[in-house]
Amino acid sequence: MNPTKFVKPKSLRKTYHNYCPGCGHGIIHRLIAEVVDELNIREKTIGIAPVGCAVFAYDYWDFDVSEAPHGRPPAVATGIKRALPDRIVFTYQGDGDLAAIGTAEIIHAANRSENITVIFVNNTVYGMTSGQMAPTTLIGQKTLTTPYGREALRDGYPLKVCELLSVLEGTKFIARGTVTNPKNIIQTKSYIKKAFVTQIENKGFSLVEILSMCPSGLHKTPIDSVKWIEEELIKFFPLGVFKDV
Amino acid sequence: MKKILQGNIALCEGAIEGGLDAYYAYPITPQNEISAYFAEVLPKLGKVFLQAESELAAVNMVFGTALTGKRAMTTSSSPGISLMQEAISYLCGCELPCVIANVMRGGPGLGNISGSQQDYFQSTRGGGHGDYYTIVLAPFSVKEIYEFTKESFLLAEKYRNPVLIIFDGYLGQMMEVFDTESDEGKLNVKFDELTDKGWVLDGAKDRPSRKIRSLLMAEGELEKLNLKLKEKYDKIRANEVRVKFYNVDDADVCIVAYGMSARVSLEAMYRLRKERLKVGLIRPQTLWPFPYKEINDVAKKIKKFLVVEMSLGQMIEDVKLAVEGEAKVYFYGRSGGSLVSSNEIIENIKKIL
Repeated sequence: MNPTKFVKPKSLRKTYHNYCPGCGHGIIHRLIAEVVDELNIREKTIGIAPVGCAVFAYDYWDFDVSEAPHGRPPAVATGIKRALPDRIVFTYQGDGDLAAIGTAEIIHAANRSENITVIFVNNTVYGMTSGQMAPTTLIGQKTLTTPYGREALRDGYPLKVCELLSVLEGTKFIARGTVTNPKNIIQTKSYIKKAFVTQIENKGFSLVEILSMCPSGLHKTPIDSVKWIEEELIKFFPLGVFKDV
Repeated sequence: MKKILQGNIALCEGAIEGGLDAYYAYPITPQNEISAYFAEVLPKLGKVFLQAESELAAVNMVFGTALTGKRAMTTSSSPGISLMQEAISYLCGCELPCVIANVMRGGPGLGNISGSQQDYFQSTRGGGHGDYYTIVLAPFSVKEIYEFTKESFLLAEKYRNPVLIIFDGYLGQMMEVFDTESDEGKLNVKFDELTDKGWVLDGAKDRPSRKIRSLLMAEGELEKLNLKLKEKYDKIRANEVRVKFYNVDDADVCIVAYGMSARVSLEAMYRLRKERLKVGLIRPQTLWPFPYKEINDVAKKIKKFLVVEMSLGQMIEDVKLAVEGEAKVYFYGRSGGSLVSSNEIIENIKKIL
């Protein structure tokens, strides 16, 4: 058996990331870069970075990337894809960007079956702004703005994006993965690849939700962040393929 | 070719002549004729028409198409334009060319659906957050709506900046005969179409990858962008002011008005001239850049100005800045979607003469 050589994907720039130790973004960026390389679409890929910690994603990927106003990446992606239908267009969005301020845009892009791919990173907090409650924060979870824990009566319930979007006729591939261990990382990469292939085959809207670690926002060590996702978060946000048509 | 068109439809035809590639919008009165027209015509031309879920989405779709180097436009009316201000700030920060038309209605709030000129401040002062300007065109006839829209894409691309076309709901709904061949209303933008679009995102094929962003966190980086934008704005101020003068040379009093107010003022001026009263009219066709110098030159000879607006006084602030105390500036305006009347303009002129 040939030894596996660890090489930098062509779609990833040779640079340092600004992410905190134990953050999941670095892994997810790499998975996207690997998939883009493997599908040989780097020269026709246009990504959209969100507002949030991944706002600097254009400094890490080596293909065309634009910023977008907070929550609006699906609308910006629509404008790109409609103008250049043969390009591969994807958005990279956090839980605040996609599931709070950008809820209208994601629902309608999905419902139009916009032929784009959405990578949705769910770490249950607003990392960039120091750990406020996100739409995906669990009941009882302590954050900067739920210091006594999230209460359903006051703060509402965590939003299940995959489950919500799966019922729309426009969605063609919906899956939820995580990046807590090599097995999950490999599984998540296969979801990302499937999502991009869905777009390449002109099937319509695809989304992969990825449960990710935010040690700084969760006030946990990197190891405890991983444990918490595997032991707690997955119970509420089950992994797997929700829709594949 | 002679045409008889409604103002809103002239905007559509001008945009298509100007090379429109994609149009996105959300329904709002009094400009619904525009999306109805584009929905029918653009697909036949192989162009993009999409009804968005909100004005927020519409203008961000424009953002997406603009960054591919294609010509994108959205239209709306006052409340919808308010919703777009966030993205307009981003479009300016990212230096993306596009065209946004505001068929103004009465405000504040939901206001009414009648024509107004109450969005002057919002249009000419940026409108959103940060240090920026949009180019603001103010047509006063159906022919000017057609010509301004046609050339607006060149203007947007020349400076890589959004262009706003603003006119009131009356002008949008009004029908008028015009000749597409005549020179009347042409902006004569001096610019060849872009061949090198070195900033466009269309996939990093045979070139280094690119990014479009307005986020500049490193020390001094953002100020550098602000100064670069200022240099651009100064160029626009120097090159793109458009203003029309009517009977100004021998006038004792000069009206300043744009859009529909200028049409009514023109009628008032001709009626006053029949009474041998020496009245002139200055009509800015660009509201930003504003004709400060041109009005200041007139203020050196004429010492009385009457600003006429369909608001309670917004452009008057620019006129006062322009005259620099050289002349007295009076005001007559109607608000809440009411139209100014030539009788009332005449009364006001006679009071100050």
